[in-house]
Amino acid sequence: MEISIMDSSSTLIEQVEMAEHPVEQTSKGQGSPARHSIWRTAILFTLFTGLVLGVGYPLLITGIAHVVFPYQANGSLILKNGQVIGSKLLAQSFTSNRYFHPRPSAVGYDAEGSGGSNLAQTNAALIQRIQGAINKLQARNPGKPVPIDMVTESGSGLDPDITPDNAFYQAPRVAKARGVSVAAIDALIRQHIQGRELGFLGEPRVNVLELNLALNKMGK
Amino acid sequence: MFANGWVQFAILSAILLATVRPVGAYLARVLEGERTWLDPVLRPCERLIYRLCGVNAEREMNWRQYAGALLGFSVVSMLLTYALERLQQLLPLNPQHLAGVSPVLAWNTAASFTTNTNWQFYTPETTMSYLTEMAGLATHNFWSAACGIVVAVALVRGIKRTASRTIGNFWVDMTRTILYVLLPVSIIGALFLVAQGVPQNFNSYTTAHPLQNPAQVQTIAQGPVASQEAIKELGTNGGGFFNANSAHPYENPTPLTNEFEMLLILLIPAGLTYTLGRMTGSPGHGRAVLAAMFILFTASFAVAYWAESQPNPLIHGAQQTATATSPGGNMEGKEVRFGVADSALFATVATDTSTGAVNSMHDSYTPLGGMMPLVNMMLGEVVFGGVGSGLYGMLIFVVLAVFIAGLMVGRTPEYLGKKIESYDVKMAMLYALIFPLIILTFTAISVLTKAGLSSIANPGPHGFTEILYAFTSGAANNGSAFAGLSANNWYNIAMGFDMLMGRFLMMIPVLALAGNLAQKKSVPPSPGTFPVNTPLFTVLLTGVILIVGALTFFPALSLGPILEQLLLHAGKMFS
Repeated sequence: MEISIMDSSSTLIEQVEMAEHPVEQTSKGQGSPARHSIWRTAILFTLFTGLVLGVGYPLLITGIAHVVFPYQANGSLILKNGQVIGSKLLAQSFTSNRYFHPRPSAVGYDAEGSGGSNLAQTNAALIQRIQGAINKLQARNPGKPVPIDMVTESGSGLDPDITPDNAFYQAPRVAKARGVSVAAIDALIRQHIQGRELGFLGEPRVNVLELNLALNKMGK
Repeated sequence: MFANGWVQFAILSAILLATVRPVGAYLARVLEGERTWLDPVLRPCERLIYRLCGVNAEREMNWRQYAGALLGFSVVSMLLTYALERLQQLLPLNPQHLAGVSPVLAWNTAASFTTNTNWQFYTPETTMSYLTEMAGLATHNFWSAACGIVVAVALVRGIKRTASRTIGNFWVDMTRTILYVLLPVSIIGALFLVAQGVPQNFNSYTTAHPLQNPAQVQTIAQGPVASQEAIKELGTNGGGFFNANSAHPYENPTPLTNEFEMLLILLIPAGLTYTLGRMTGSPGHGRAVLAAMFILFTASFAVAYWAESQPNPLIHGAQQTATATSPGGNMEGKEVRFGVADSALFATVATDTSTGAVNSMHDSYTPLGGMMPLVNMMLGEVVFGGVGSGLYGMLIFVVLAVFIAGLMVGRTPEYLGKKIESYDVKMAMLYALIFPLIILTFTAISVLTKAGLSSIANPGPHGFTEILYAFTSGAANNGSAFAGLSANNWYNIAMGFDMLMGRFLMMIPVLALAGNLAQKKSVPPSPGTFPVNTPLFTVLLTGVILIVGALTFFPALSLGPILEQLLLHAGKMFS
């Protein structure tokens, strides 16, 4: 198919050019321009550079990465008693009152897939979903405005972070379920707030998995 | 809050501007065949490639031979990718035992990566093996980027040379671009990304036992991500290793990687403006072009950022305005670490260039916020643009601007010493007309057919925008999506053509223009020559881009995002 596109367009241009510059037509096979066998060179070039870029380059990066940054290269996995419990970088499902909850996920926290809801701002399905979640939260916490990240699905469906506002909103629930003071939970949240990177990049955030691991360390 | 987004914009712009000169000068040295500091290592590799591939590096090509080599190479490399996709179940590095890709999807994807588009009608985690990703897709991230750069440089040579039949040697330009520019920067970029948390391994997917309920297993996709991520951004490709693209924490784990990825995207397109100025001996012209790009970049970010910071009027009881500890705004489809500002900025960068990576889901943007990425693509990907394709697209607008200026004063237009004549303007117009013709034709067919309408995910005017966005993204070789639109045979096949036409039907007039300009004699500037290095020229160029883009696409935009924005604020929703 590509060949027919190529042919038709080059004839078109050839005609235009002939009309405009009849004198400038170079007779082929004569003069300085190079004459390669296009197909042979194209095949060889594809194979050799393909080998360098498609195999050599990723292998080189993998080799260096595993020597210098083995933890990151393997996906920043967190181990507990020799078992992988997840990745520091990826959200996982928490539904119990004893834990902080991540943002809702369009893909059910499936880390073998990823993505957002792709619902439009004018789609009734989106508005109903968000409003339903807000109403539920407000029934339990009357008068408290819900942080918007708490009821919106992230782009990846695996957002590992929540905003500090979101964490503080959840603190009373977690404190009650664990039988500890809200102040203690708030203090723990404050320890886990990551500010803007270098002071200005991105947004302040709290990593949910790390915060929940810290909760378990607190006891109770 | 609102100020922080502008701080981030200013810092990104400042770093970028500081790189323009060194990057542009280095690119010029590489493409003029001059010595670089990497020569001791790379010169032998370069010679080896010429010997293995039978390239006579001393001989140059005329524009037809140049175009022929480019098309021949594109056909061969596209076939390789198609074959790898179809046969991946028989090949190594497929730890998840993924099946071969279906014929229509393999066609669409091969066309997509060959054209630097990187449109993805599949979920990579469950579709592509590691070998297909590396050797079938990431290789095109290098190749198609290099193709764009060499065509731009061929055009610049055409402007610069006088009475010359040739515009360079395609294979030499490709080899030098890949070896001296793309590969070294990618190596450094990939290692930085790994350090920040982007995985790079060949492991089978990890089985994790979550903290709350270890029995409810979470399978975590892995792979050689960092090596692909670096060239994905540097080559303005945008094809994600994961479905969520740069929104996925494994592709873009921190705000710092986000900043770094945006810089990688802009590095070469911005630097090429300096290359243009240097190679044509008119540095002021390079600066005037860069200034026009910056004006459009700033305006686009301003609108998108403002729109995304606004609360949705249909939602009540939520904290939607920014506080010190919550970004507020429209967070559907956005990540907390990026918030509204970094999402709007990334969307602007990735659609001003033909990258099409996303760190937030454009389909869930506010109507106006989502319109800005669409408009950026409709302007022809010239605001920085794709590597190379941005510069040659911009030079087409420069020719048109010079032509219009010539009409105003009633003189034969000149551009850097070359008379712009009928043939040149025809080629420029051919380029400018093919683009909307492809987009609007495919969109019209889609809205008139069942197959076209059945893929829409969102009702109302937004559904129309999804279709318009898809064909614009394909023809502009961007690759970002209103991703709600789902794949079917019609879209797989039609978008394949959309992308190939948007790439090659537009490259050929550019090379024809290059060949025609190269053979012209130079005329000395006269008092009637319109200078192309002044602020006045920047304003004229910006105006031409906006007028061509706006006149062509305004009717379509008013049926989609503009209508939707008005209806949203009238309290209307669709089901």
